[in-house]
Amino acid sequence: MVLGLVALALVAAACAPNATQSALEPKGPYAQKSFDLFVPVFWVAVAIFVIVEGLLVLFVFRYRHRRNQTPRIPAQVHGNTRLEIAWTILPTLILAGVAVPTIATIWDLAAKPTGDVLEVNVLGHQWWWEFDYPGQQILTANELHIPTGRPVYLTLCAVGFGYGTPVPSQGGPPAPNECQTGPPDGQPPAGIGAAVIHSFWVPELAGTQDVVPDLTNHLTIQADEPGVYTGQCKEFCGLSHAYMKFRVVAHTPEDFDRWVAEQKAPASPDVSGPAEAGKQIFLQTCIACHAVAGLETANGQPVLANGGPNLTHLMSRECFRGCTLEVNEENLRRWVADPRSIEAGSFMPDYALSADEVDQVVAFLMTLE
Amino acid sequence: MASLEHAVAPPVSHHAATSTGLPSLKLAMWLFLASDCLLFGALISTYVLYRGASTTGPYPSDVFDIPYTSVSSFVLLASSLTMVLALAAIQRGDVGRSRVWLLATALLGMTFLGGQVYEFTSFVREGLTLKTNVFGTSFYVLTGFHGTHVAVGVLMLLTLFTLSFAGKITQDSAMTVELVGLYWHFVDIVWIVIFTVVYLIPTNPGPGG
Amino acid sequence: MASVSVPAERPGGLLRRPHATTGFWSWFTTVDHKKIGILYGITAFGFFLIGGSEALLIRVQLARPDQTFLEPAVYNELFTMHGITMVFLVVMPLSAAFFNYLLPLMIGARDVVFPRLNAFSYWAFLFAGLFIYSSWFLGGAPNGGWFGYAPNSVTDPTRGMTFYAIGLLIAGIASTVSAINLAVTILNLRAPGMTLFRMPVFVWMGLVVQLLLAFSLPVITIGLVELLFDRLFGTHFFDVAAGGSPVLWQHLFWLFGHPEVYILVLPAMGIVSEILPVFARKPLFGYQFVVFSGIAIGFIGFGVWAHHMFAVGLGPVANTAFAVSTMIIAIPTGVKIFNWLGTLWNGDLRFATPMLFSIGFIAMFVIGGLSGVTHAVVPSDYQQTDTYYIVAHFHYVLFGGAIFGLFAGIYYWWPKVFGRMLSETGGKLNFWLMLIGFNLTFGPMHVLGLQGMPRRIQSYPASLGLSFWNMVSSIGAFVIAISVLVFLVNAIASFRKPKGMEADPWDARTLEWATSSPPPDHNFEEIPVVHSLDDLWHRKYAETEGGRVVPVAAGGSGEDAAIDEHAGEHGAHGGGGHAIHMPSPSYFPLIAAAGFPVIGYGLIFGVPAVAVGLVISLAGFFGWALEPSAE
Repeated sequence: MVLGLVALALVAAACAPNATQSALEPKGPYAQKSFDLFVPVFWVAVAIFVIVEGLLVLFVFRYRHRRNQTPRIPAQVHGNTRLEIAWTILPTLILAGVAVPTIATIWDLAAKPTGDVLEVNVLGHQWWWEFDYPGQQILTANELHIPTGRPVYLTLCAVGFGYGTPVPSQGGPPAPNECQTGPPDGQPPAGIGAAVIHSFWVPELAGTQDVVPDLTNHLTIQADEPGVYTGQCKEFCGLSHAYMKFRVVAHTPEDFDRWVAEQKAPASPDVSGPAEAGKQIFLQTCIACHAVAGLETANGQPVLANGGPNLTHLMSRECFRGCTLEVNEENLRRWVADPRSIEAGSFMPDYALSADEVDQVVAFLMTLE
Repeated sequence: MASLEHAVAPPVSHHAATSTGLPSLKLAMWLFLASDCLLFGALISTYVLYRGASTTGPYPSDVFDIPYTSVSSFVLLASSLTMVLALAAIQRGDVGRSRVWLLATALLGMTFLGGQVYEFTSFVREGLTLKTNVFGTSFYVLTGFHGTHVAVGVLMLLTLFTLSFAGKITQDSAMTVELVGLYWHFVDIVWIVIFTVVYLIPTNPGPGG
Repeated sequence: MASVSVPAERPGGLLRRPHATTGFWSWFTTVDHKKIGILYGITAFGFFLIGGSEALLIRVQLARPDQTFLEPAVYNELFTMHGITMVFLVVMPLSAAFFNYLLPLMIGARDVVFPRLNAFSYWAFLFAGLFIYSSWFLGGAPNGGWFGYAPNSVTDPTRGMTFYAIGLLIAGIASTVSAINLAVTILNLRAPGMTLFRMPVFVWMGLVVQLLLAFSLPVITIGLVELLFDRLFGTHFFDVAAGGSPVLWQHLFWLFGHPEVYILVLPAMGIVSEILPVFARKPLFGYQFVVFSGIAIGFIGFGVWAHHMFAVGLGPVANTAFAVSTMIIAIPTGVKIFNWLGTLWNGDLRFATPMLFSIGFIAMFVIGGLSGVTHAVVPSDYQQTDTYYIVAHFHYVLFGGAIFGLFAGIYYWWPKVFGRMLSETGGKLNFWLMLIGFNLTFGPMHVLGLQGMPRRIQSYPASLGLSFWNMVSSIGAFVIAISVLVFLVNAIASFRKPKGMEADPWDARTLEWATSSPPPDHNFEEIPVVHSLDDLWHRKYAETEGGRVVPVAAGGSGEDAAIDEHAGEHGAHGGGGHAIHMPSPSYFPLIAAAGFPVIGYGLIFGVPAVAVGLVISLAGFFGWALEPSAE
């Protein structure tokens, strides 16, 4: 009965039309490696299951006491040393067989990929994902855009107040593949939320690696085909852990280059009317945390991020708020008006904007293409 | 735990043999000390892991006074000697001598503790508290746990000392003294390890220094 | 035994030594291992109902996508408390209930070696559980997961994780002293002739578990102290900005945490190893190998902890080493299963409820063990870790394994403890409902995990295709709940039956069945002299050369005084004319334990309570040390 259930479940799993986060549907070579190890081991486990449970069921039926039987006390067999040795050695051999490809794949996945590798820094905040492309000087959030057919080597860093200050890409030097720890010398601690452990998981493209403060972890992902692959934080990281999602958007190489060019351009907000008023509000309040490349403060300083996502090309993204909301006017309005009504743990303050002010801010945000 | 004055045996009779031949209280004390080894092992591992990791000072080389701590270590070592003498005396049936050596052990233990109190207050004055850096954190918690163990030991020694006046410590009940002795020697050995690992093995200042 | 109250002279005019061994108040002062075992059992079962209710709430929330029945803050508290409750307040104390009640009986002793320490362990456990649960009313329950990973457990602004650290420290003290107590009991109080290799397997598993506890608890004690100090005193153990390392917490936690899972399952394995032979009417196949496997699991169990940390980034060398050690530990586990199968082979199997649960244990544990082996395949574990696939695995080994085994033990030893049988019909209903409900709940979780459902999330979107199996799982949870209700009704109904059980209703093999049901306070009229493994069986049956078994004629071979099966009615008198002195009840273990939660509240709410708690505990300890063990 249990065997049937398991088999049914796995068939259902493999055929699930809606599952877009399935480890059983690898869409790239690195996820494929995990899958290719799992499948044979799974079938070995099924075989052992069938044999052991089969014997159990067989014995239960064969040796059950039948009512019409005369009561008997069976021969008091105490053991059989040869059998003991045999069924110690056999599992050992099976496990040794499993161990060899396991170890080989551990080392394979741990190696830094060679060739035409795209390097991206993944920064885990409470409770959203930031993506920094040191080679392309792009800083974005919630969506990780990659080209198909190329390994993407991720450096995973945890960020929080006073720790792991985001690597300044725009206008700064390319970041090394080493996570920052404290704020730069002489700078006061900055950032929002606590630096805690997260885990970056996009199952169709790779298994996880944790994002650990104090460690610099790496993960290689690669997509075979263009498409959108969903993922989320897998390591419990606090109140809004369940909201910390992201998407990997894989483009053909040409499309990816086009995306890079669009992202590198500073914001050129075509502001007029309510958007102009919204921009003013933005410069007075939102720049406390959010950055928009191309904007300047009243002092002529560039607006840099301080704990919140970079919004330069907000409208080019399809999701925001830890990728739990689609980017559209309605959602932006709800979020700006009252963040904590959507996410109880959000660190984004409620600035008690009036309905008109919210409209203006949203109008401005919608110019950030 | 059964009362201190009766040798512990299964409740049937005082002199029932145990399956291993070892008195139960003694076996229990050995098990407890083995368990306590892991307690200190975890604390010492924490300290060693964080060696050189502090991002700000003061650092060990800034505050440690090795000659001073060597003296207090010697005091604690000497207390193990007096403990051995206390046990030897009571095993001979000499309650008076044993009482003297028990008191000596307690006093030496209290001297050690006093020395630590003085040492730590001077560290605090030099700017090293529990909250200053990981060195302060791991150092004070490790030595604090050890000091607490010493204090509990002193308490037990003084209790034995007091009970000896009521005639409760006799040659027959020498095992009670032996048990406290085992505990005391353990605490001493742990200190030797701590002194070596923490004080004697030099530490590089670390990323901040 | 009749109770006689004799006022005793006490220095300082303190409390009179209690003497009653029956009556309501005797439960508060008892030092009798059997009563303490019952206390552990009832308390653990109460927490089982609470922890199960927490699980039901979780399953209601997850039954459908995007539900808002439970907000994240509450949901995080619920899954945390569910884990803490089931691990520390249910399975561990339920195992302790069995160990406490049965170990002395199985080795032919009258009690454990330190009866008051035994009582202290129970009260400290109870107070720890109440302390942790009081957090719901005092600022919020723990919400950082039962595993409390730093830095999140340090930085969380609510009070819950402080309750977590202090509560588990108190529980750890209870378990550590109990471990020392029971280990020394097993080593030192065996009846004459009971060598180590004539001990029942349950006793062997007991010994391994106590040693696992004694050596693993200190490590988490330090971890919890470091967590507590970071939260209360501003230390920097897990403060990354100051140079601290969150991975240190994980190492300390799992160095305890992995031996802990063997602490959770070995007792149930011991129980099953006792029940199968009785209901197959033949000895355990390969006794020595089963014992050695248990010891091997205990040792190797200290060498696999970082398999909980494969995705942390320890590096390929560490991951390789722990993958190999994890595969190695599967081997002794497999050996046990084969030996249990060998016990069934050619047996005369009777399917009373204890046997049903034992067979269920084997069936479910095999599944859990196999999924565990798939976790050891590290690159595959990168996908499995922190998903519902893992949740499936550990529920198969801890529920399908440990809980089923413990239920087998409940049904098996109920007549011994309470002098009545549980209803067979009720038992069978309990078993089948539980088996079906359990598989409905946790089977689908294998699929959910592989299909992309992480752990510890209060909801999932409809677009991920996880809805169907989540609904099935939630329905299964309610089937489990019904099965537990069936058990409760069965249990309560059993007390309506008259007491009057024979000593050995199951025709069993071990010494606890050689005395009355329930046993007298002093366990045995005469301490038995043991001549073999399964000594009781060999008193009843003789084996011929060909392995055939013939009952021994009534009157026996007369080697030594027969064990008196009707001891309960007589007064206490031992052989040889000595009176049996049992240790006297005492208030002091309870008092000593009561100080600890007070200290805990003081650490959270204000120092004066710390002083009060210390005074209470010290008064308890001193009073205890200065009173004789028996008066």
